[in-house]
Amino acid sequence: MRKVIISALTAVGLTAAATGALASGGPAIEKQSWSWQGVFGTYDRGALQRGWQIYSTICASCHSMDLLYYRNLMEIGFTEEQVKTIAAGYEVTDGPNDNGEMFTRPARLSDPLKAPFANEQAARAANNGAYPPDLSLIAKARPGGPDYAYALLTGYKETPPAGFALMEGMYYNEAFPGHQIAMPAQLYEGSVTYADGTPATIEQMGKDIVSFLNFAAQPELEARKALGVKVMLFLLVLTGMMYALKRKIWADVH
Amino acid sequence: MAEAATHAAGQGETRRDFLLYATTAVGTVGTALALWPFVHSMNPAADVLALSSTEVDLAPIAEGQSVTVTWRGKPVFIRHRTKEEIEKARSVQDSALPDPQKDEDRVKKPEWLVMIGVCTHLGCVPLGQKASDPKGEFEGWFCPCHGSHYDTSGRIRKGPAPTNLPVPEYAFLTDTTIKIG
Amino acid sequence: MSGEFNNKTIKWVDDRLPIFTMLKHSAVDYPTPKNLSYWWNFGSLAGFVLVIMILSGIFLAMNYTANTSMAFESVERIMRDVNYGWLLRYLHANGGSMFFIVVYIHMFRGMYYGSYKGPRELLWWLGLLIMVAMMATAFMGYVLPWGQMSFWGATVITNLFSAIPLVGDYIVTWLWGGFSVDNPTLNRFFALHYLLPFVLFALVFLHLVALHAVKSNNPLGIDPKGPQDTIPFHPYFTIKDLYGMGVFMMVYLAFVFWAPDFFGEPDNYIPANPMVTPAHIVPEWYFLPFYAILRAVPDKLGGVIMMFGSIIVLFFLPWLDTSKVKSGRFRPLYKQFFWLFVIDCLVLGYIGAKPAEGAYVLIGQIATAYYFFHFLVLLPLIGKIEKTKPLPHSISAPVLKGGGIPAGATAKPMEKA
Repeated sequence: MRKVIISALTAVGLTAAATGALASGGPAIEKQSWSWQGVFGTYDRGALQRGWQIYSTICASCHSMDLLYYRNLMEIGFTEEQVKTIAAGYEVTDGPNDNGEMFTRPARLSDPLKAPFANEQAARAANNGAYPPDLSLIAKARPGGPDYAYALLTGYKETPPAGFALMEGMYYNEAFPGHQIAMPAQLYEGSVTYADGTPATIEQMGKDIVSFLNFAAQPELEARKALGVKVMLFLLVLTGMMYALKRKIWADVH
Repeated sequence: MAEAATHAAGQGETRRDFLLYATTAVGTVGTALALWPFVHSMNPAADVLALSSTEVDLAPIAEGQSVTVTWRGKPVFIRHRTKEEIEKARSVQDSALPDPQKDEDRVKKPEWLVMIGVCTHLGCVPLGQKASDPKGEFEGWFCPCHGSHYDTSGRIRKGPAPTNLPVPEYAFLTDTTIKIG
Repeated sequence: MSGEFNNKTIKWVDDRLPIFTMLKHSAVDYPTPKNLSYWWNFGSLAGFVLVIMILSGIFLAMNYTANTSMAFESVERIMRDVNYGWLLRYLHANGGSMFFIVVYIHMFRGMYYGSYKGPRELLWWLGLLIMVAMMATAFMGYVLPWGQMSFWGATVITNLFSAIPLVGDYIVTWLWGGFSVDNPTLNRFFALHYLLPFVLFALVFLHLVALHAVKSNNPLGIDPKGPQDTIPFHPYFTIKDLYGMGVFMMVYLAFVFWAPDFFGEPDNYIPANPMVTPAHIVPEWYFLPFYAILRAVPDKLGGVIMMFGSIIVLFFLPWLDTSKVKSGRFRPLYKQFFWLFVIDCLVLGYIGAKPAEGAYVLIGQIATAYYFFHFLVLLPLIGKIEKTKPLPHSISAPVLKGGGIPAGATAKPMEKA
């Protein structure tokens, strides 16, 4: 039996090691502590709202978030009225109208977040050929997830190490695979003035925007973990009862 | 010993029975609860529920004209009624109506009739929106599927449909724009 | 026959359609060796996972759109907007991995206890067909979300067929319905992904028919000598299987609720892009050993032949193993090599996840060679030279006479496996 357990553990270990090794690919990423981790983890609404402020004032000038709708902002603690006001601040294209023409109107709750560029080509043209990726799923779509995103956003160095050949128009970043990234550093002390008065340090802003990005990638997280706890407790009871019943039924088998 | 193995009986029988019933009950409840996510996944999703209301500009609709707009995937009839039509709708006795309802209760402004254009019988779209359409015996709408006749207030007058054409929730934003939903 | 039923309605139905007699025969009275260990739980577990997969799959299909321009978004809509859509999708995605874990354990159990040996050859074959159908289903299912790994996995795997001499390219074009993996490919994969589970269901049914004809093997590998060696399936194994399902569900759902992307690849959250290949293309973990065998051969056709050969060789297992004794418990030499084989499979899986460079290539080649060596050389040889331990006279015998193996075989089976 012990043999079996050892082999099973080896299997899991090998798989995990393989996955881990694959996941890294680039430089080692420092693990951060996030409010949504753990069995009961939840999002910090304050961080999400501050993160939205950073996304909408900084990131949104280049990065789209196509899978998010204005209505989703109600899930990060804004009231319906607040979100309606936020949405109304964006002009989106609608139509065609009765004359067959497209027109613009203020965005509504049911509209997706307005994208900065009409298409990939327009985005590349405005960014020296680099394509700022959509951020809806970015927290799940990169090895290391939120830790990587945080390391990237806070990993810029003014001057690359001696001997590092930095290409024209690129920036040195410790976390980015290959260390050359087309996106310049975005977070500086006081880049935003937080509505809730939180001091806007680079670390604070990094945590907040990554929280928001993780919410965007996993909006179901809180419901998932909450349901999981209930289901698991139920299964513990049921399985315990089934085990007891099994012992009882098998008691006379020799 | 071995023979006893084929028969599970003994002193622990009552306790075992209790455990059996309790486990069966818990397991059944759990299975039933586990089915709910599957069932609920077929209900309208968040994006469907969030689908915005429809705004309609009434200005271009002349008296005696109708337009059909889409709201939640269904046709909504908007009719700019004539004086005669309004009068006709308001002079009917309740006793003549299978589903009695005052015309005043079906409109916000007498000249504008807004209702969901789906026959309450089995869901066909009644005729009567276009000038050339048959409008039925009561000069409102006529459902060609099974012959339901609606009057100028969209109330059922004759045929198999049980109720009047329903009026959706709507509001006048300005004198000439309405928002449905 | 149906005189056995007291309930009038049941009797009425059973006289006309003997489903209750069949049920009673195969799920209630079915005489089962009383010494089955918990390793025998994995068969019913696999059937249970299949049901969960079909159920969650049907409800996912109600919301999925098999079109290259909408597939990715439709999956994300399931995750975000459909009520409990995230649960359905994570159940289905992790269920795939669970299915393979359970089935692989089930197969290794069969190998250890010689469950493929006569008269269970066709039972083993049906099991292998189930595995092949599962692989095809899993592969096509992985393509449906239309992420980067979906697209490139589909491209690489379908390209395997281009290794076939003369007609290879035509076959690949035919599989694709075009000149690359594209909308027609996605559409047909969806159609087949929906169809194959029902084929699987039919195969499982046949697997059970065969099982009930030849009866279950057991940890001793000897046939029951009489009623004292067996117990009816119900209630003994219904409750044991249900208990196993409870334990299994806790493991499975722990992934679903707390690590839903554990078996997934981050790259699959990037929409498919035919212009850019991800840096490391890795198949899902359950294909890794076969992927390692494919890459072990530096020749395109050779690699493909070896990979398919590694599955085909399993079909010959009943004849490659020459031992008269079934259970590894009485085969001291085979037992050692069985575990070596398990480790070899794990090594292959590990190598499959690694880039094909440096020492990994050599290790992969050695592990591949050993895989075939195990089946083609070791198994025939061991059966000839091995001195097996004496078999007990009957399943009950060790208990009654305190024979070669410890008592309490049924009370605490886990300790004996």
